[in-house]
Amino acid sequence: MRLPELVRHSWTVAAKDLLVEFRSRTAILSAAVFVVLVLVVFNFGRDPTAVSNVDLAPSILWVTFTFAAILALNRAFQLELENQALDGLLLAPIDRSSIYLGKLIANLVFVASVELIGVPLLALFFNVRVLPYVGPLLGVIALATVGFVAVGTLFSAMTVRTRVAELLLPVLLLPFMIPPLSWAVLATGRLLAGRPLSEILGWLNMLAVYDIVFVALALLLFPATVNE
Amino acid sequence: MLRAEGLRHSFGGGAVRALDDISFTVRPGQTLAVFGPNGAGKTTLLKVLAGLIQPQRGRAEVAGGRRAIGWIGHQPQLYAPLTVRENLRFWASLYDVRPPTDLLTRLGLEEHLDRPVRALSRGLVQRVAIARALLHDPTVLLLDEPFTGLDRVAAEALSQLLAQHAGAGRAAVLVTHNVEEGTGLATDVAFMRAGRFVHFAPRAGRGAAQVSEDYRNAIA
Repeated sequence: MRLPELVRHSWTVAAKDLLVEFRSRTAILSAAVFVVLVLVVFNFGRDPTAVSNVDLAPSILWVTFTFAAILALNRAFQLELENQALDGLLLAPIDRSSIYLGKLIANLVFVASVELIGVPLLALFFNVRVLPYVGPLLGVIALATVGFVAVGTLFSAMTVRTRVAELLLPVLLLPFMIPPLSWAVLATGRLLAGRPLSEILGWLNMLAVYDIVFVALALLLFPATVNE
Repeated sequence: MLRAEGLRHSFGGGAVRALDDISFTVRPGQTLAVFGPNGAGKTTLLKVLAGLIQPQRGRAEVAGGRRAIGWIGHQPQLYAPLTVRENLRFWASLYDVRPPTDLLTRLGLEEHLDRPVRALSRGLVQRVAIARALLHDPTVLLLDEPFTGLDRVAAEALSQLLAQHAGAGRAAVLVTHNVEEGTGLATDVAFMRAGRFVHFAPRAGRGAAQVSEDYRNAIA
């Protein structure tokens, strides 16, 4: 299949997913409420004299994003099972990779929306300076998010037809999330501490390599995972 | 137009044999009605023909590939929060076509285009599913209990569409457990039991009553 068709069909699938979510607003609302709730709870639960805000904030930020993303990933293929729409997608004369890419785009938009809520709240509750480093911070968040959402979208397709999909997805996904999350936490910590950009370049490179490897692997494996 | 050769497939590590050496050909203008009790393997057969299940043995081939196939099942393959128009536009864009307005008129859907699918009755949802399956003008129709949930008007509209489809020299495979429903449309009849065709023959003018009797004798 030609690249323009792949891109067009991917966007068609993504736009449909986003429209379904816009109409129902179930997953985005629950994820946003979850993010606000976690950050508020951590804000009141922490002891500022024991650990400094700058040391604590990166871990809390990424734990929050991780679980909010799992909420999104769980629903990615669930909506295709209602009325067996997944069979319709698989029957359509489109490259099956475009189904994966469409889901990936929709999930990225979804998780990015949640992250856009989380970052200002983190700055507010934890009193950390984000604005001076907003560009590099968004870079770290974008690179890490692409990696784990790419893997999560594939696992979501693999597990959706099982009876314990909501349990199985995090069990499979979390081990694969450890490398990008570790690099993202370390890079975020250095950024918020005001360290020079050169200190995080290594982690940014690792995140970029992780993204390339896992997006490519997921594109290769996805057609096989959706066969009954 | 559609050919199946030596199809074998089982589930549960071989415990449930869904298809057991099924071979047949459906030519242009033919409509094959496959009757069988629940669990006979009818839906698995259709899914194998559609390429949704890879058979463990044998092969199925549809001339024109996936683009040539239209599927009407008991699940409508629609998104409940979206309107009828949005659903049809989405599926049409995957086939690079526009939803044909005459089809929507014939199925009585024009006045429901801006209603969400979740707000429609079961019969209306099934009509939208029929429009979805036919919007790319398929040459091979695969029908899995297509009359389930249809009101009388919609069932007649579907029967007319299927008759037109066959009249235009196109093929269809219809599976159902209801002999009365499918016989009128069929040029050929097969009875399926435990994954095997126990009868496969042209309908040859047999009416629903005669086919029902043959079915009872073959399946008993």
